[in-house]
Amino acid sequence: MRRYALIIFAVLLAVLPQLPVPEFWITQLNYIGLYALVVIGLVLLTGVAGLTSFGQAAFVGVGAYTTAYLSLHFGLSPWLNVFVGLALTAVVALVLGWITLRMSGHYLPLATIAWGLSLYYLLGNIEALGKYDGLLGIPAIKFFSVDLSTGRSFFYLLWLLVLLASVAVIHLLDSRTGRALRALKSGATMPEAMGVDTYRMKVTAFVLAALLASVSGWLFAHFQRSVNPSPFGLKMGIEYLFMGVIGGIGHVWGALAGAGVVKVLEDQLQVWLPKLLGGGGNYEVIVFGILLVLVLQYARDGVWAFIEARLPKVRRKVDWADAPALSERPRPAHGELVLDVNAVRKEFGGLVAVNDVSFQVRAGEVVGLIGPNGAGKSTTFNLVTGVLPATRGAVTFRGQRIEGLSSRRIAQRGVSRTFQHVKMIPGMTVLENVALGAHMRGGRGVAAAMLRLDRAEERGLLREAERQLKRIGMAEHMHELAGNLALGPQRLMEIARALCADPALLLLDEPAAGLRLQEKQGLIAVLRQLRDEGLSILLVEHDMDLVMEITDRIVVMEFGTKLIEGTPEEVQASPAVRAAYLGTEH
Amino acid sequence: MDFSIASILTLDGVTNGAIYALLAIALVLVFAVTRAIFIAQGEFVAYGALTLAMFQLGKLPGTVWLLLVLALLVALLDGVAALRRRDQPMSRVLVGAAKTLWLPLLVCAVSAIAAPRQWPMAVQCLLTLAIVTPLGPLVYRLAYQPLADATVLVLLIVSVGVHFAMTGLGLVFFGAEGFRNPSFWDDRFNIGPLTLSGQTLIIFMVSIVLIASLWLLFERTLRGKALRATAVNRLGARLMGISTTGAGKLSFALAAFIGALSGLLIGPTTTMFYDSGFLIGLKGFVAAIFGGLASYPAAAFGAIFVGILESFGSFWASEFKEVIVFTVILPVLLWRSFQHGTNDEE
Repeated sequence: MRRYALIIFAVLLAVLPQLPVPEFWITQLNYIGLYALVVIGLVLLTGVAGLTSFGQAAFVGVGAYTTAYLSLHFGLSPWLNVFVGLALTAVVALVLGWITLRMSGHYLPLATIAWGLSLYYLLGNIEALGKYDGLLGIPAIKFFSVDLSTGRSFFYLLWLLVLLASVAVIHLLDSRTGRALRALKSGATMPEAMGVDTYRMKVTAFVLAALLASVSGWLFAHFQRSVNPSPFGLKMGIEYLFMGVIGGIGHVWGALAGAGVVKVLEDQLQVWLPKLLGGGGNYEVIVFGILLVLVLQYARDGVWAFIEARLPKVRRKVDWADAPALSERPRPAHGELVLDVNAVRKEFGGLVAVNDVSFQVRAGEVVGLIGPNGAGKSTTFNLVTGVLPATRGAVTFRGQRIEGLSSRRIAQRGVSRTFQHVKMIPGMTVLENVALGAHMRGGRGVAAAMLRLDRAEERGLLREAERQLKRIGMAEHMHELAGNLALGPQRLMEIARALCADPALLLLDEPAAGLRLQEKQGLIAVLRQLRDEGLSILLVEHDMDLVMEITDRIVVMEFGTKLIEGTPEEVQASPAVRAAYLGTEH
Repeated sequence: MDFSIASILTLDGVTNGAIYALLAIALVLVFAVTRAIFIAQGEFVAYGALTLAMFQLGKLPGTVWLLLVLALLVALLDGVAALRRRDQPMSRVLVGAAKTLWLPLLVCAVSAIAAPRQWPMAVQCLLTLAIVTPLGPLVYRLAYQPLADATVLVLLIVSVGVHFAMTGLGLVFFGAEGFRNPSFWDDRFNIGPLTLSGQTLIIFMVSIVLIASLWLLFERTLRGKALRATAVNRLGARLMGISTTGAGKLSFALAAFIGALSGLLIGPTTTMFYDSGFLIGLKGFVAAIFGGLASYPAAAFGAIFVGILESFGSFWASEFKEVIVFTVILPVLLWRSFQHGTNDEE
């Protein structure tokens, strides 16, 4: 159904210039296409990755000025210039991204404001670029022998690229890299624990958005046949974002809707507002500004969300049933030392959260980590998984020291975890969330995903995700949105996601919280099965029945210190443990 | 370049830097309390300078109407919300509306009387502050309060919307012409090669007094401490009985006041257009980034640096002075990124 809609849309675009449509509308549609290319990039950057840029217009400017200058002064072919423009854009975007994306998200928009302003003044003051008058007489693009100098002929090239870009981005979002990009919005901790290099992903999103803007600029220059700095200033940069928000910043088709709505609205307002308010000027920005705030307050998903709600839901076709199984890492021999925590310590200022704690986990062993609230269990977890750096002490995993490594590197060595507070991507299906866990077991990147050359690997990853979901008893929820699950199933989903990473050591942070009795029984069965397969499990849990039933050994913590360690029977019999949980009688 | 030119440029830079420092402090305050990156801060500067310019011409400034309309909208929205909750008697709802409306009405009435009679400059300045300052909390109530729990990104985009709307309205109110306000104090003082104008002295004195009183507000008053508490932890502040909405409004009131005052201060030193505020506000941002949008002293020092860079930049390469000022943000960000590294969870 959706595929047909896309084909109909493409056919419509193909016949439109042949119909007696007034030239004015062809020009309008050309501008909408040029804007849409930029906004598709913003959807990727803002709607998907949760970052934003006010400097997209400046990237358009880089593309436009590059081709204008090279065609006019060196007579080079536009088909060559586009790549020079892309290369220049990529360099600028990489530098800006490299500088700002290590820090929290709001530095990128601020840096892009500065970049947008600087480029505008720079273009307006360089003699060779014609200062504020710009460059005139840019040749049209030649497609073999056809001169794309009319609006109608240019329309084909432009909209072909718009459609290709839309489909490529949609393909990208439905891939291994796409899932990693979509995970960025939820913060870095979870994707890093799944082995995603979040910094690299952010830079990728920013560079891709900049490249799309650059292509739009290239087309713009050869469409207008002249360039000057004003369409590449900050105001236009903000307007692109406005188009994205109005259209629906989370959807690729929202970019087209937003560009269309804003362009038409702008033209109407430019006619009506001066009549209403007298005089001339950019009065439409008043309406745009107020509209932007209202959209964010009342309809944050934009225009496309209304259309999307009326379209039939697509369910992913299960095409991975006969995909080959993913290769698994060699499991440690039963009884081999897997995790050795030696006198690890964490201080927050004057507070000692974890006080020289030592314990070991061997292959095929389930170790419980228990203690009253505030005992330092979760902090210990975070020290082992590299979320927090230890103040002192050593953590050794399968013979290698890991205490100084980032959580991504630790995950790559085979340590997988769940979180005390579920961390997931509510807008993705359960299957996709779980497949994120298998990120490290694939290697296909952006280009392969856009061209759909990644399907064989993708089938393998999804097969693994489904296998783990089945194992945990959640296969029937596979196609639901993760955000619609109850808390218990969300926790089970996190376990499936962690298992997808093919870990040697699994750390579970309160997996049974919020589970019903039946689900809990199922969880116990799964954990037993995993242990028998040679997996080591470290478990923080408050449900004592579960802990006593499943664990081989228990480490009890209180006030950051290890109280005792022993078998479930020994711990249950210990007066010290009883005192820690219930207090002592006086 | 000799010593006397350098000292003149430095003085110039420090004077502008003092204004940027005020703006940077306001930006840091608003960000800390509400998490909004307040791009539209500069618009208050333009509104301040141009509202006074309108008074000088003996015209009633359009900002008066904006104040009235926004106050009416807020009174209406609050009234409707209160009636929907059905937890207050009608009389309380009306008192609430009256509380929102009395000050704007009074300010409008006095302005309407004062404008054609061209009352003295001091009164016009006070009226300007009285018109622009309440715009801050009104804008907060209308644009930001319904989204108080949204992400930094959404609030940033809201700021962009507010900036667009306020710039466009500025064009409606003040026209496309530029204005240069008369100086507050025309005397000049010679210190060696330097000539200090009265206006420069006023800028320095007002900046120092304002920074000192902000310090007193944060250190010595309960409301100031409530603001700081909200900045550290919104939920915690709320649990302590601090209204985060009230803190948001107060921070926006301070931002609008500082903006308007800055506008009054620089009005006589430069020609102001309806859209001049934006660039001035952004320079405040460049300064605020020196302190990572978190440190007041670092922001103030950053502002002085930006001011000096700007004045030397305009001497050496006047066409590129904006490029110089805004590209300096990049090395600053680089330095911060290496100092602080990854810091991502919001």
